[in-house]
Amino acid sequence: MTEQLLRELSAPGRPTVRMPASRAADEPLDIPAGLLRDELPLPEVSEPEVVRHFTRLSRLNVSIDTTFYPLGSCTMKYNPKVNDAMASLPGMRALHPLQPEATTQGAIELIAELQDLLARITGFDAVSLAGAAGAQGELAGLSIIRAAHEARGDTRRRRVLIPDSAHGTNPATASMVGYEVTALRSDKRGNVDLAALRDLLDDDVAGLMITVPSTLGLFDEAMLEVTELVHEAGGLVYGDGANLNALLGVARPRELGIDVMHLNLHKTFTTPHGGGGPGACAVCVTSELAPFLPIPVAARRSDGSYTLDAERPQSIGRLGAFHGHFGMLVRAYTYIRMLGSAGLREVGEAAVLNANYLRGQLAEKYRLAYDRSCMHEVVFSGLQSGSARTLDVAKRLLDYGFHPPTIYFPLIVPEALMIEPTETETKATLDAFVAALLAVAEEAERDPDLLHEAPHETPVGRLDETSAARRPILHW
Amino acid sequence: MTYVPITVDERAAMLQALGLGSVDQLFEVIPPGIRFPAIDIGESLSELEATETVEALAGRNRAVSGLPMFLGAGAYRHFVPAAVGAIIGRSELSTAYTPYQPEVSQGTLQASFEFQSLVCDLTGMDVTNASVYDGASAVAEAVLMAKRLTGRERVVVSGGVNPRYRATLATYVGARDVQIETTAVRRGADGVLVEEDLVGAIDETTACCVVSQPTFFGEIRDLAPVVEAAHRAGALVVEVYNPTSLGLLRPPGAWGADIAVAEGQPLGIPLSYGGPYVGLMSCRSELVRQMPGRIVGQTTDAQGRRGFVLTLQAREQHIRREKATSNICTSQTLISFGVATYLALVGPEGLRDVAEASARNARRAAGQVGAIPGVAVITPRPFFHEFAIQTPLPAAELTRRLLERDIIGGYDLGQVDPELVNSMLLCCTEVTTVAQIQRLVQAVGEILVDRAAASGALDQHGTRAMEATVAEGRPGGTA
Repeated sequence: MTEQLLRELSAPGRPTVRMPASRAADEPLDIPAGLLRDELPLPEVSEPEVVRHFTRLSRLNVSIDTTFYPLGSCTMKYNPKVNDAMASLPGMRALHPLQPEATTQGAIELIAELQDLLARITGFDAVSLAGAAGAQGELAGLSIIRAAHEARGDTRRRRVLIPDSAHGTNPATASMVGYEVTALRSDKRGNVDLAALRDLLDDDVAGLMITVPSTLGLFDEAMLEVTELVHEAGGLVYGDGANLNALLGVARPRELGIDVMHLNLHKTFTTPHGGGGPGACAVCVTSELAPFLPIPVAARRSDGSYTLDAERPQSIGRLGAFHGHFGMLVRAYTYIRMLGSAGLREVGEAAVLNANYLRGQLAEKYRLAYDRSCMHEVVFSGLQSGSARTLDVAKRLLDYGFHPPTIYFPLIVPEALMIEPTETETKATLDAFVAALLAVAEEAERDPDLLHEAPHETPVGRLDETSAARRPILHW
Repeated sequence: MTYVPITVDERAAMLQALGLGSVDQLFEVIPPGIRFPAIDIGESLSELEATETVEALAGRNRAVSGLPMFLGAGAYRHFVPAAVGAIIGRSELSTAYTPYQPEVSQGTLQASFEFQSLVCDLTGMDVTNASVYDGASAVAEAVLMAKRLTGRERVVVSGGVNPRYRATLATYVGARDVQIETTAVRRGADGVLVEEDLVGAIDETTACCVVSQPTFFGEIRDLAPVVEAAHRAGALVVEVYNPTSLGLLRPPGAWGADIAVAEGQPLGIPLSYGGPYVGLMSCRSELVRQMPGRIVGQTTDAQGRRGFVLTLQAREQHIRREKATSNICTSQTLISFGVATYLALVGPEGLRDVAEASARNARRAAGQVGAIPGVAVITPRPFFHEFAIQTPLPAAELTRRLLERDIIGGYDLGQVDPELVNSMLLCCTEVTTVAQIQRLVQAVGEILVDRAAASGALDQHGTRAMEATVAEGRPGGTA
């Protein structure tokens, strides 16, 4: 089942959507020919065909709304429809980012309130919502760390420590901000290796980037000691908040000794993942680091009016042209208001219970990477027996109608299979998923070729990624 | 409400399966002193209550729909065909994630491939990625890309590039070894905006020259001299374009740009108070392995069926970690589908119509506003759909006065340059009506007469002083 390309649906002269001719058609266009284009080779496709085309394409996807999607570290939880409805209100959507603040008081108030709600949830003192996505939040966070050290006149610190279990964005970010990256070993229980940490900490370490809970789905058993050691060495602790879902109502990251942290609103706070974006992000800091936050920051003036404050002389600066992904902020705000104080802990508890339930049900056939209670996700290291690889398990799972877990990450777990069920699934769904994974494990022993050749039931089979990279075809 | 569907009985069964008496046992690893803190974020709201709360906030905003609005400066109000919203509202597209499993993500992957192809068609560039955050970060990523490609550290940025893009670039390069030189745009002797010598600023140490077409102030220029000078010096050309303008204008590929970037919002994306938008980023084929961001490529499965995959991933952070081309992990996928749907719907004729209507409406507005005594158009012709005016009033005050008359004026250029405190950047699109232009012209005329009368009451020479300011600032024939 494949779908034609728009280019293949195009025919010269086919009528497209009619756009308005100028209402001042008699105004001459005084643009010299040399500045004009000769041809505009866009396809010509009728509206009904365009709609059918993209609708048919949508049906080649699986998504949260169609399928259990336990992609580890991505928090694929249900995205409430009311979020989208609120972001589509004309009073939210039809606002120009530069119109006078007097005409956008409700929007700025929403940003200010969301900053405050996130500060309460995480325990931090100040928040900026100017970032576009988690990785940009990291860029802001590490720029803040650099600016804070420099403001103290400390320019020796050139290294950032990053656990070997970390997401690739962490070292990539550190490098973008001009830091050298030193990998930090994990110990046998999946914690930061304290001896290694002590060895590495000295006065050229700007800080530690740490994901809480870790990408192994584990809460570090010596978390407070880790952050204390970094602080004693004069470093700052960056928290990667990708996995905040596990901590909602359970612990406030600030109280773990973290100085600056980004949150992925598209993970924990239910803004749609959009097939890979747009994300949305918050950068949360202690009061000491607040002056360095990216601009703008929403603020309430003494007269009760709201403003987007961009006059912050110590700020690391702008992250984009305007004020972040406002449409996503409306969604996250709506969700958090519905959660309320009581709902937070319910989310954290259910997310962790569901992951542990899967851990318990699957451990007989799949090898646990670390045999202890997990947080919101559980990481296995392949099958207990048989020759099938994790890739084969994942591909065969597609035939059972499930989106596979994250595979081959974290890098320190061989044949990693990382399952994050989230809190919005029923026990029946979890049980069906367990049954499918156990059936695949059984097939792996009985008929490994069935797995090697999987998937069998999807719109296309396994695709040749090697040729795609070697002889790239990147446009029609 | 929390959307947690587990019943009390099911929860008990799950705990029993784990051999646990209470869910609290799963959290014993959290230090006891900070475990389960009391957090006050208010009562849990029902969907109805949440809706009322957000609607109340929305009610304190003034939506621009239907209002005369002359703001552009990086975000543009264009008409969006209803089918765009219908497509990106499909939750099979909006609630999927990064297509890590291509067999069940062909919808996302093919749509991204088509987005890339449409942007290539539009720009005349060889390769386009699956998008970056916005136009501003696209400029920053392009500069970092040019630095990697050339090994040079000096970057020449035209003062005609959107100042907020330049500010974002400054954040991105931060403390790194990049030296940015900006050619200022100022009012010349005749009052018209003129830029310092951009070509002269390019030399053998230049990694790239960043130019904007049209400029932030609306002007369309002949880019040939800059492209020629840059290439002669071994530097790359980064062109920042307005995608709507490419319905008419010579595209970056035809100018010889090496990297072309843009804010994609004008192509079917709602204003949404500044985001989420989508950064368009293209380059020449030879440079693709230094391009950041996701790229989708075409391939086949074992049965020879056409399919699409994420490709050239050896550039990206999940493979290369600290050696990656960028830390970017998401793209603006869903928004890019809005752009793809828009371009597919309007086709070449529709985009040309939008560009032409915007340009003609702007000419109507410039002609009429520029004819008001005391007002001068200070963007040199030809411009696209934006132009700057100089008036005797601070733009901030003019904005306030216009708002009293239910008109959202242009962008206060005093926010960019204190010398331009009396300058305002006005924008028209195909949505702007002749009646709205007339209202603007009438309002500006009245505001200036009021102002002249008010200063006359204080100072009998007020009006003449104003006229003197105007004569000094008004270029002959520009309006």
